[in-house]
Amino acid sequence: MSLSRRDFLKLAGITTLSTLGSVSAVNLLRRDNIEASQVSPRPEALKAKRWAMVVDMRKFKTPEDYKRVIDACHSAHNVPDFGNPKDEVKWIWTDTFEHAFPGQESKYMPEGLKDKPLLLLCNHCDNPPCVRVCPTKATFKRSDGIVMQDMHRCIGCRFCMAACPYGARSFNWRDPRPYIRVENKEYPTRTIGVVEKCTFCTERIAKGLQPACVEESNGALLFGDLEDPDSEVRKALRTNFTIRRKSELGTGPGVYYIIGGSENA
Amino acid sequence: MLEKALTGSRRYWTWIFLLLGISGIGLIFYLKQLSYGLGITGMSRDVSWGFYIGQFTFLVGVAASAVMLVLPYYLHNYKVFGRITILGEFLAVASVTMCLLFIFVDMGQPMRIFNVLLHPTPNSIMFWDAVVLSGYLLLNIIVGWTVLGAEHKDVPPPGWVRPLIYLSIAWAPSIHTVTAFLYSGLPGRHFWLSAIMAARFLASAFSSGPSLLIILALIIRKFTRFDPGREAIQALGKIVTYFMITNVFFLGLEFFTAFYSNIPGHVYTFQYLYSGIEGHGKLVPMMWASNVLALIALILLINPKTRRNEKTLSIAAAAVFLSLWIDKGFGLIVGGFIPNPFERITEYWPTMPETLITLGVWAAGLLMLTVLYKIAVAVKEEETT
Amino acid sequence: MYDGGKIILGLIIFVAFVTFPFYNNIGKASKTPEPKLDTPAIQQMKERKCIEPKGFMRAEHMKLLNRWRDWVVRDGNSIYVASDGKRYAMSLQNTCMNCHSNKKKFCDECHNYVAVKPYCWDCHIAPKESET
Repeated sequence: MSLSRRDFLKLAGITTLSTLGSVSAVNLLRRDNIEASQVSPRPEALKAKRWAMVVDMRKFKTPEDYKRVIDACHSAHNVPDFGNPKDEVKWIWTDTFEHAFPGQESKYMPEGLKDKPLLLLCNHCDNPPCVRVCPTKATFKRSDGIVMQDMHRCIGCRFCMAACPYGARSFNWRDPRPYIRVENKEYPTRTIGVVEKCTFCTERIAKGLQPACVEESNGALLFGDLEDPDSEVRKALRTNFTIRRKSELGTGPGVYYIIGGSENA
Repeated sequence: MLEKALTGSRRYWTWIFLLLGISGIGLIFYLKQLSYGLGITGMSRDVSWGFYIGQFTFLVGVAASAVMLVLPYYLHNYKVFGRITILGEFLAVASVTMCLLFIFVDMGQPMRIFNVLLHPTPNSIMFWDAVVLSGYLLLNIIVGWTVLGAEHKDVPPPGWVRPLIYLSIAWAPSIHTVTAFLYSGLPGRHFWLSAIMAARFLASAFSSGPSLLIILALIIRKFTRFDPGREAIQALGKIVTYFMITNVFFLGLEFFTAFYSNIPGHVYTFQYLYSGIEGHGKLVPMMWASNVLALIALILLINPKTRRNEKTLSIAAAAVFLSLWIDKGFGLIVGGFIPNPFERITEYWPTMPETLITLGVWAAGLLMLTVLYKIAVAVKEEETT
Repeated sequence: MYDGGKIILGLIIFVAFVTFPFYNNIGKASKTPEPKLDTPAIQQMKERKCIEPKGFMRAEHMKLLNRWRDWVVRDGNSIYVASDGKRYAMSLQNTCMNCHSNKKKFCDECHNYVAVKPYCWDCHIAPKESET
């Protein structure tokens, strides 16, 4: 390829101009001189390609087992208790099999299993409908698979609540502060008019800790990287039959359930 | 032309101040909602959209229906509508404004509303709804005002307004299609998950909007010296007839798919709405009222004698409007949330503050409509004298 | 002049309305804010300095906090490397307020003076202070 001197100069001129143009555009857009290169995760932070959870229902035996796990989450995250279903806010809760897996129940399933509460929480979907519908990107999917909620940005339109097939999202219908029994001083509360949900404890993962519920579950909840064949989660999935809630909707839920038989009910 | 809204009879001013008063009451209760939170409404974790979003959805339809006057006049040169396209355009302006107000009062953090523009998210249907609604509002204000202004000055409308009119014709169905997409693309909400949703929305829009126009035209004839014309009203009556038949047909299709397939998720909401489930049936009387009204309307509309009689036509128009207001403004939105994703039933009914805020928004919209119609009618009256 | 009386009356009302803030505040000068740094945590420091130079913090703290929240909530970072190379956990509630445990005398002092009401505290829990 031969380039005449004239063409070369033209090309060089255009390149220079466009580079200058884009640099000044970037400078214009940058509103302050605080650089992003100044930040990093903690070295001890837990890392994964795709966080997921296995709920081993065989290991939940007494009401105490559930309460411990739920309380750990709700007290760590300042989740209020309004004492009425209308204003209710919850990140992790229980419901029976037929309500957790509608359409999967049968008349003749083990008696104990029918009424046994299942632990429910946000499924941190591969393809989350809540993220798809959010008009401000207030809810978004992190690169490690966690579906996160930015309470600073949420405008409270509640489109995500209509979109979530798992009923995992709660809205602050009123000021939650007076209804928080014991405040965790290290975690914020919420303001009225924003949506909240389970975050897989991003604040704890960032410090190298397991999620609060997992830590309190005595091995009944497993948390790990779905893409790492040696993770706790993958080991459990390899050796047990698991089901996921409403996976037929194409959401790719990241919470797996080991239900077990009547002997565990 | 605005000055025409500043002079009027005693009746005009009484009406204006009545509407101002009602929106004032609404505003007071809105301020209360702002400080207490949306918990002041009947909405809950399970039924997270209610009256406000229902009204919004219904009114998008009313707004879109302006095209039913604009299209025949500008594309088919149907002269009879020439006199009253402005009524359709100004109705659209007032309706879209009400839509935006209803969205606003439904938001948990209204002061953050510009986050939608600050962080534009093309994968969100809500983002597109904001785009098409504001676009439609702008188009109708520009077109309506310009054409009316030209009429006021006795000159033909400027040429540049023509392309905008064609654009507004294409734009009208888009606002209601996008609004239907808000609902019809959500996995796990079986009642809404229907490809026919947008078509249903348009059919109900093009029957409820023109019904309202018939009533408004009759009111204008009664109280002013401007007559929208018997032929125009009759043509609107035919439009309402065909679209109401289509609308009921579409609803029938939904029933068939739900009940013949017998898939529980698809059946439940219909059962809840029309017969109640396990003793929960707060909406059942409303939904049957809607059905009965639709039936009455169809009888009066299909029968040529009653359709041609303006008295019975106005009854039919009112029945259509009310029937669809219940069906869309209430049943469709609330029904989508019942039963909830756990197949449990939480019922919904608007609270007193919620109702007053809703009334306030309606009053504000009517106020805007009154002022706009006052101007339009005053210009029209100039011609007749 | 037609309707002269009405116009003059209207003008008087308008002028009275527009100048309201001035005559309403005559003789009520607010005192200059004096944010206090006398918390126990700050007094125990060997070298009493904030994460960035005082001038920068005074002018830019709101922008810095704005970036912090995006970096933490949206990007999953938690450590801020200051211009002197020191590392801090990015947290209003747990880092800033650990030293500045006197929200009333530190934050509110200036915010009230310039009449801004940051909504940080709608969610973030302010340190316990004795009523003064």
